[in-house]
Amino acid sequence: MATVTGDSATVAHHIEHDHHEPQSFWRTYIFSEDHKMIAKQYLITGILWAVIGISLSVMFRLQLGFPNMKLGFLRPILGGWINESDKIDPDFYLALVTMHGTIMVFFVLTAGLSGTFSNFLIPLQVGARDMASGFLNMLSYWFFFIASVVMLFSLFIETGPAAGGWVVYPPLSALPQAHKGSELGMTLWLSSMALFIVSQLLGGINYITTVINLRTRGMSFSKLPLTIWAFFLTAILGLISFPVLLSAALLLIFDRSFGTSFYLSEIYVNGEALPNVGGSPILFQHLFWFLGHPEVYIVLLPALGLTSEIIATNSRKPIFGYRAMIASMIGIAFLAFIVWAHHMFVTGMNPFLGSVFMFLTLIIAVPSAVKAFNYITTLWRGNIRFTPAMLFSIGLVSFFISGGLTGIILGNAALDIQLHDTYFVVAHFHLVMGAASAFGLLAGVYHWFPKMFGRMMNEKLGYVHFWLTFIGIYLVFFPMHYVGIAGFPRRYYAFTSYDFTKNIFADMNAFISLAAIFTFTAQFIFLWNFFYSIIKGKRATQNPWKSNTLEWTTPIEPGHGNWPGEIPAVYRWPYDYSKPGAVDDFIPQNVPYSQTPESNLPHEMEMIGLEKEIEAQNLNDQFKQPH
Amino acid sequence: MVFLVLGIIGAVWSYLHAAQYFLPEASTAHGRRTDFLFWLTMGIITAAFVVTNTLLFTFAWKYQYKKGHRAAYYPENHKLELIWTVIPAVVMAVLVFSGWRAWRDIMSEAPADAQVVEIVGKQFNWIIRYPGVDDNKLGAYNYKLINSNNDTGIDYTDEASFDDFTSTSELHIPVNKPVLLKIRARDVLHSVFIPHLRVKMDAVPGMPTRFWFVADKTTDEMRNITGNPDFKYEIACTEVCGRGHFSMKINLVVEDEASWTAWCKEQKPLLNVTPELADRIPASLKAKAAKYLPASGTEAAPADSTTARVKSAGGVSLATATIR
Repeated sequence: MATVTGDSATVAHHIEHDHHEPQSFWRTYIFSEDHKMIAKQYLITGILWAVIGISLSVMFRLQLGFPNMKLGFLRPILGGWINESDKIDPDFYLALVTMHGTIMVFFVLTAGLSGTFSNFLIPLQVGARDMASGFLNMLSYWFFFIASVVMLFSLFIETGPAAGGWVVYPPLSALPQAHKGSELGMTLWLSSMALFIVSQLLGGINYITTVINLRTRGMSFSKLPLTIWAFFLTAILGLISFPVLLSAALLLIFDRSFGTSFYLSEIYVNGEALPNVGGSPILFQHLFWFLGHPEVYIVLLPALGLTSEIIATNSRKPIFGYRAMIASMIGIAFLAFIVWAHHMFVTGMNPFLGSVFMFLTLIIAVPSAVKAFNYITTLWRGNIRFTPAMLFSIGLVSFFISGGLTGIILGNAALDIQLHDTYFVVAHFHLVMGAASAFGLLAGVYHWFPKMFGRMMNEKLGYVHFWLTFIGIYLVFFPMHYVGIAGFPRRYYAFTSYDFTKNIFADMNAFISLAAIFTFTAQFIFLWNFFYSIIKGKRATQNPWKSNTLEWTTPIEPGHGNWPGEIPAVYRWPYDYSKPGAVDDFIPQNVPYSQTPESNLPHEMEMIGLEKEIEAQNLNDQFKQPH
Repeated sequence: MVFLVLGIIGAVWSYLHAAQYFLPEASTAHGRRTDFLFWLTMGIITAAFVVTNTLLFTFAWKYQYKKGHRAAYYPENHKLELIWTVIPAVVMAVLVFSGWRAWRDIMSEAPADAQVVEIVGKQFNWIIRYPGVDDNKLGAYNYKLINSNNDTGIDYTDEASFDDFTSTSELHIPVNKPVLLKIRARDVLHSVFIPHLRVKMDAVPGMPTRFWFVADKTTDEMRNITGNPDFKYEIACTEVCGRGHFSMKINLVVEDEASWTAWCKEQKPLLNVTPELADRIPASLKAKAAKYLPASGTEAAPADSTTARVKSAGGVSLATATIR
């Protein structure tokens, strides 16, 4: 489904490269091994998932914001999940929040973001003909596709999809007799996630290999665009942490189906004492968050990478502190692995471990702060062009700061006692990883759309889309902090059972829901702009943003192998914007220093001598032909 | 820019409007300590939030594209970078240190004189088990002994169990005295959340957890402070546990120690209410258990043992010994 939509849309103007036998429709659009087509497949599947995922959230926001509303009009979609009194069934409410989380985190912000832009930009920006293995890359997408089909299918079965929260903590998720969502829905969830993880690993291996082995002549690690650094570190994070989630899921499958006791111990449920002893539910949480926390950075780092590129290009300034940015990302990536238990301060884990993880967690604030300051300084004394991509990038920085700051509170174990599992947490991570990553995705689409489809998106609609979304997201998540500070627990079907939540904030919750519906509606502007521009957008020029990186040296619609002749060599870093003395306010990476004596800095004059050496290398393109 | 100004006005207004509901009155010393740290941290991050967002939007406003204008080529400044690495690091160090000390104190071992009470989570209610007025000691338990008569699985081969009593309607604790909650779960994960006491700890099947605290305001005092004559302390569940997760409530009553002791004495041990549990008592202990069993011949354990759900208050205890 997903691919068909995208493909029929791109059919019209896809130009096969001259040197190639034209491939069959199936090989070009469906089982394609071309990284650009795979990226588009990921993007369009991701967009469809985003529409589904966000509509689920709108449904449960209706329940939370307007608890007395008659929801009978949803019956055509939800059928039996709307009960006799026209309300959402409480079991299905939990299914909604669970599937919203799963879909948004994994299918949209992991596959849709990394899958799209790592695939699209890595070969183009490092100067490679394609991914290291086109075949594995194709498999990666199709595993993701099958995972999507399984997950989508689970939404339509009678007992409903998984409903124990996106973290699927056992024993709830392990015991079908304890929860409707732990029946077939959970089995499908686990199967889908196992396939999804395979897809991520195939993709990740490819990204890492390509970045290490297929960089063009002269493209040293110190000349890599920050996007590539971000994708590279993201892929490493994924490669190390996803297998741990797979093992957690496998053990859960064993517990559910084969009578093992990895996570189960001393349970009496439904009038029956289960025989399982010796397992530990906490074990699952450790395994889950060993992925779960790096996952936050798996969705965030690519967004930050895209933003670095877009902000530098559109400020017409070098990114401030290139090396500091890389160091921060490495620091964040490293720390990401050793902070997972801050999700578990009050799970009964040894409090001493809590102290250690609090310390490690708050260290992350330092590299994050460095990144935020560097973005701000990049804007300072720039010459800023407000393209929609630039606006979304600035919006991302704002969300990253606002959401990141509340992390300082939650990372503090003593303060987490009160705020854990309240709406404060929900507001925090939606801003810092949800909204920020989504803005990275949108910024990336606006910025690289000309390269993907050879056409431009409508700027006016882009501006409208940005302002409505930006304001909408703040209106949703800023007040949500208040609800959290008042102690409202998350994943509650209604707040009517407790005096401390009963009579307050009903108007606030209604407001949040309205803002959410408003923001969701605004996304249709983007959908229209996206699909319309693919067919009817203004033709793009070769380098519409006057950018330095290599992808803009390819033809407007690059064919197989990306560059018709030899791959360009790289001589300089990607951020020579507004260099004093230069003719233009940008100097692409493939322009040698010998051609720009007027703008070279003293140490760059010496680099001219190395150019011959760089040109003589030919590591990744022996045939000098796009094959 | 317009967004920034309106945004700040909006944030301030909404904050003032909502502030009345923030962090409801804390009734524990550790709660007031974490509240202070919360507002301290909140102050720092609000300042950081305003400064950075102001800079972000001001720069974006001020340095808009002008034709013919050149941006400054300003790739790095090590001094500046060092400054904004060190400052957050120092601030973080202070916050980590104060937070760590609070965490360490809150999570420390409970004092020896702490009153122990057990709270057991199940789908979808809480069961409280008190250690009894005679020995003030919780007896052993085993999840395999759980049934409709014995919903916490009390093991009557342990003589400390004889005087234990349970309740599913209210948790009573004494004021100004350390209370150690021993937390268990019967089926799936739950989490004990007492918002006014700043208490939260997961209940984990197969792994007992605990949390100790000193409540220093009785329910009556809180009624005066909040001006709400119907004020009740509440315990909620904050770990998703299924369909009824959102309404898994039990009320908490904090009262002065004298009335708490008196209340405890009024409660009947489970053994008294459900004498058939005596079957498990080994012969050697039968004599000791005898005084908790209803006098033979009289009507033993009426409606309670058949419905076997709620064995709350009411009636006069047969227990004669004083507490402790």
